[in-house]
Amino acid sequence: MGNFPGVTVEKKTGLCNLENSKAEIIDLPGCYSLAPKSIDEEISFNVLCNPNNPDKPDVVVVVADASNLKRSLFLCTQIVDLKIPTVLVLNMIDQADKKGLTIDFDALSVELGIPVVYTNARKQTNIRALIKVISGAVSVSEKTIVDVGYLNAAALNEAKSICSVNNTYSAFVIANSPSVFLDVDKSYLLELSLQKHNYKRLQAQSSEALHRYAAIGEIIKKCISHFPVSESKINALLDKVLTHKVWGYLIFLGVLFFIFQAIFTWSTYPMDLIEKGLIGLSGWLTDILPSGILVDLLCRGIIPGLTGVLIFVPQIALLFAFIAVLEDTGYMARVSFIMDKAMRKFGLNGRSVIPLISGVACAVPAIMSARTISNWKERMITIMVTPLMSCSARLPVFTLLIALIIPPDKTFLGFSLQGVTLMLLYLIGVVSALLSAYVMRLFIKTKEKSWFIMEMPDYRAPRWDNIGITMLEKVKLFVLSAGKIIVIISIVLWGLSSFGPDDTFGRVEQKYSANEYSQQFSEKEIMNKIAAEKLELSYAGILGKKIVPIISPLGFDWKIGVSLITSFAAREVFVGTMATLYSVGDAENSSTVREKMAAAINPLTGGKAYTFAVGFSLLLFYVFALQCMSTIAIVYKETKHWKWPLIQFIYMGALAYLSSFIAYTIFK
Amino acid sequence: MKKPLGELYKGQKGRIDSFNDKALSLKLMEMGFLPGEVIQLSHIAPMGDPIAVSVSGYILSLRLEEANTIIVEC
Repeated sequence: MGNFPGVTVEKKTGLCNLENSKAEIIDLPGCYSLAPKSIDEEISFNVLCNPNNPDKPDVVVVVADASNLKRSLFLCTQIVDLKIPTVLVLNMIDQADKKGLTIDFDALSVELGIPVVYTNARKQTNIRALIKVISGAVSVSEKTIVDVGYLNAAALNEAKSICSVNNTYSAFVIANSPSVFLDVDKSYLLELSLQKHNYKRLQAQSSEALHRYAAIGEIIKKCISHFPVSESKINALLDKVLTHKVWGYLIFLGVLFFIFQAIFTWSTYPMDLIEKGLIGLSGWLTDILPSGILVDLLCRGIIPGLTGVLIFVPQIALLFAFIAVLEDTGYMARVSFIMDKAMRKFGLNGRSVIPLISGVACAVPAIMSARTISNWKERMITIMVTPLMSCSARLPVFTLLIALIIPPDKTFLGFSLQGVTLMLLYLIGVVSALLSAYVMRLFIKTKEKSWFIMEMPDYRAPRWDNIGITMLEKVKLFVLSAGKIIVIISIVLWGLSSFGPDDTFGRVEQKYSANEYSQQFSEKEIMNKIAAEKLELSYAGILGKKIVPIISPLGFDWKIGVSLITSFAAREVFVGTMATLYSVGDAENSSTVREKMAAAINPLTGGKAYTFAVGFSLLLFYVFALQCMSTIAIVYKETKHWKWPLIQFIYMGALAYLSSFIAYTIFK
Repeated sequence: MKKPLGELYKGQKGRIDSFNDKALSLKLMEMGFLPGEVIQLSHIAPMGDPIAVSVSGYILSLRLEEANTIIVEC
């Protein structure tokens, strides 16, 4: 239980050895009741209450906070009333001791009619006893804690038959949240029937809550005794510092700074390793396999596509490890607390801070983490603006172009001007995300009220094994959901850049097989020249030239056009495409790409092709444009509608075009 | 004296009397804001909003606007 802001938004499954058998354990997102108010709560509701859910559990284990039994029993008794075999686990029993609570487990078990086990999951206390209880036959409780039949028996009876359930309480909770899993026809029927019987949803739910708490009060009176103890002051002290109007923000900034530094420096080594390893693999395969179209597809389409996916794994793993630590210690709730007011001005929510910050590493997991925002409008705005935060895929493009247009020895206020420019680009990303949110706030309409009721958990040490699991899960999710699309698009782009109309490719090879070339150039130089000319004549090259009239106001030539097309799947492909176009060969050596681009001549002006105006315009284009298939895919998955990724693609594209146009016009 | 929760000063205690937003009151009740329960304003965010209150043995943060739908007797 508990809905601390953070990353636990999917159900997780795992296998567990019981005494005589194996069980599949499904860990559901935390919730407070069977009346879901956000997407993650709906996931739990669907598993518990939908009779047709494939994950419908045999036994529900309710893990409750022993130090706060009253609130924990609310959900627990609701599940008991669903008539599902239930076991109550009182976790954090040490906390209850500290608060001076003594719980009579046997009496509690009798009152609820279900087995009660106490544990301390952090110290692995009594886990064996829990496994023993689950291994035995757990039966449905004979007790009904609150009989909702008194509310509107006629309406609930009809609801029972419409939802095909035989328990009044199940019908009650489905009737209160019909849209979660009922199909349109059934929920329409249900709505009509409820209206006919004059069923008042809110009134019924409030009445149930009051009755339930009254019943829980009685149970607690019988089972819990309270001894006064002096309370620990550490929590209050930490809160005082971490939510302080000066220290709170300074500490948060420091934490952010540390995380970014760590992500960028610590991940360099594994990222290099992955890249070198896969480039080496494709080189080795090219050497040992006979040359042919399939090998070419493997080595120049699929493996580079895979590289594009795997290269992000270290950063994503690190980012989520840090977020998990912040969440686990209870600090994230304080961050949301001190940021909410400022974020709300932009139509966002205190919880939007996490997705926005995560967006600096990768928009895909960031957009997933927006699920904890219960308000639909604030969640949509967060999803829509998160890709404006400069993600790590933009970094290779930024580095290349900055090195191209800003001399390395120039300084600004004592700092390297290159570094300042990089920071400026990140700032533009942040500011445009906030401003876009501010504008969208006016356009996205909702009747739903925004709320920000959130538990502030006690501070605790992080559970390292839990953090390891979170890291693995996020990486898996990224590789599977984004990976598929990136690989597919890479194959399409490989096709576009490897084939041309008619026999143009044959003619190129014929041209370079002539003697004059083999005398003048080395074999490698000729290979690179062939590759460059083939790309120019391929379908991708043709497309690049076709869009020149559209992009020339931004200062872009056909080579940039080709790179824009190929980097549609993922921004970092830009560097590789440039490498091919300037016949550098491998993209491995980015300094050679830079030298070639710096030496390139604009045939119209006779001057440098990459002037400051062109470079800056291109940088701005990459700051704004949504050139990332994975983001588009994840936005569709999260919003369940093509409308949102489409709007996002168009508005970010428009921002990119306009800002590049303005920049080019000014600096030209 | 009865007044909205948001008008308590930091550290002040009160007893929950009633709610004036039906939809929100349901969520609040589920989370332990029950009529009769003792409630204390424990923190105020740097910009004056949201606030954190201690109720039913734990600390919850909520926006002023939400807090003011809860009427407390103090």
